[in-house]
Amino acid sequence: MTIKGKAYIGGIFEHPARKLGNDISQAELHAQCSKGALEDAGLSFKDVDGYFGAGDIPGGLLSMVDYLNLTVRHLDQTYTGGSSYLYLVAHAAEAIAAGKCSVALISLADFGRRGTAVRDRGEGIAEQPFEYPFGPVTVNLYAMAAQRHMYQYGTTSEQLAQVKVAASHHAQWNPNAVIRKVLTTEDVLNSPMVADPLHRMDCCVVTDGGGAVVVVSPEIARQLKKPKVKLIGVGESSKDQMGGKIDLTYTGAVRSGPIAFAEAGVTPADIKYASIYDSFTITVVETIEDLGFCKKGEGGKFVCDGNLVSGVGKLPFNTDGGGMCNNHPGNKGGITKVIEAVRQLRGESHPKVQVKNCDIALAHGTGGSLGTRHGSATLIMERE
Amino acid sequence: MATAYQDRKIPVAPLNAGDAPFFEGAAAGKLMVKYCNDCKQYHHYPRPMCPFCYSTHTEWRQARGTGVVYSFSISRATGPIPYAIAYVTLDEGPTIMTNIVETDLDTIQCGQKVTVVFKPTEDPKLAVPMFKPA
Repeated sequence: MTIKGKAYIGGIFEHPARKLGNDISQAELHAQCSKGALEDAGLSFKDVDGYFGAGDIPGGLLSMVDYLNLTVRHLDQTYTGGSSYLYLVAHAAEAIAAGKCSVALISLADFGRRGTAVRDRGEGIAEQPFEYPFGPVTVNLYAMAAQRHMYQYGTTSEQLAQVKVAASHHAQWNPNAVIRKVLTTEDVLNSPMVADPLHRMDCCVVTDGGGAVVVVSPEIARQLKKPKVKLIGVGESSKDQMGGKIDLTYTGAVRSGPIAFAEAGVTPADIKYASIYDSFTITVVETIEDLGFCKKGEGGKFVCDGNLVSGVGKLPFNTDGGGMCNNHPGNKGGITKVIEAVRQLRGESHPKVQVKNCDIALAHGTGGSLGTRHGSATLIMERE
Repeated sequence: MATAYQDRKIPVAPLNAGDAPFFEGAAAGKLMVKYCNDCKQYHHYPRPMCPFCYSTHTEWRQARGTGVVYSFSISRATGPIPYAIAYVTLDEGPTIMTNIVETDLDTIQCGQKVTVVFKPTEDPKLAVPMFKPA
């Protein structure tokens, strides 16, 4: 079975807030985002027959279905960190292709309050006793991937900084972005070193917020007014420590990418726009190599010369400003990756960053940590 | 630039069944690693079942305690003092998460040869292996 052409993105919504007070609950934020995406599609909560969520649903899936008073015939909760929402789009497409639902709602709502403390992730986790004593946090784990990539391939801090600089060129046009100043290489390199070799500006922003996506069947899509965005390929995988045969220089995109490209019947050269998960600058460099946009080890060179900037380079990426500058709601940026790719395909991105003739786009999510375990999911979409 | 190493308080997470020999071994000055008697490979983190061939014929063996730095990062903003998280590839094969200690943290390099030292944790019965330049 293939999902190619059997599911469409009918609705999208990105919550405009980046900092929320205590006057809104997490459930209400899910509801607001869901309502936004359904209204964007021209559908209502009564049309939803499938609900999909990740780890940010207070009380779990059943609590949210209850809160929204949905009547569903398909449920899926998949939690792979910030990449969850790309897996959920893939799972929604699969469920729709199998006839298990026709209007699938996916929502994200969370608060970026966790900070950078070393966390005991709880009892019963097999690897935890062998990691926690050594002080792993998100940034130093990604930093070890960056350090190794530099050692093995000669990647430089200046090259990594180009990812942030390119994102800032896009974010200047997004009124909701956290960082709207156009940044220079020096701005990144002069920002404080958080975990060598990653500076503060190698990191994404930390925000509250959320978003939602509605995936629909072809029959429903035909009834909607928005430009049609068809899913043509999905791929998922994961990558980990491999029993101690650790290699931090590549990501799970080496598997999820080829699966998605094969299903879609396209190649990296066909991709006009890419949403690439950008938790850290190194995440983007490794991912674009693994998806085949350049050779392994050449990602650092590839991101230079404005290659990621819309209207300038070979691979316009994250034209909303991405997690680097725009939004990373509750430390999970997967849904915004899908949303900006859909905006590009619909021609709804800001005119200053809209890619001309954007007919095929890719969205990729990396969730968890490049330094230990992470999820990887790739979506390829086509404007119909 | 130099970033002097300072001892820090080492926390431990609740151990799962089968984990204790690693930490009790460290407290006795031994680096203990899991070895599979069927596929003849070491793995880490330790499991009762080999993650390569899924044999249950695994045993703890004492490693030599020498290896090379696979990668590292100096956390400068996380705790009260800077520390160097690292992956060290043991001479026996597996790469393990650890810290690099007892050296100027700014001199650590990938590929550097290191040797094990054992650091006490918050639990007086348990220690953990860390590494210093060989």
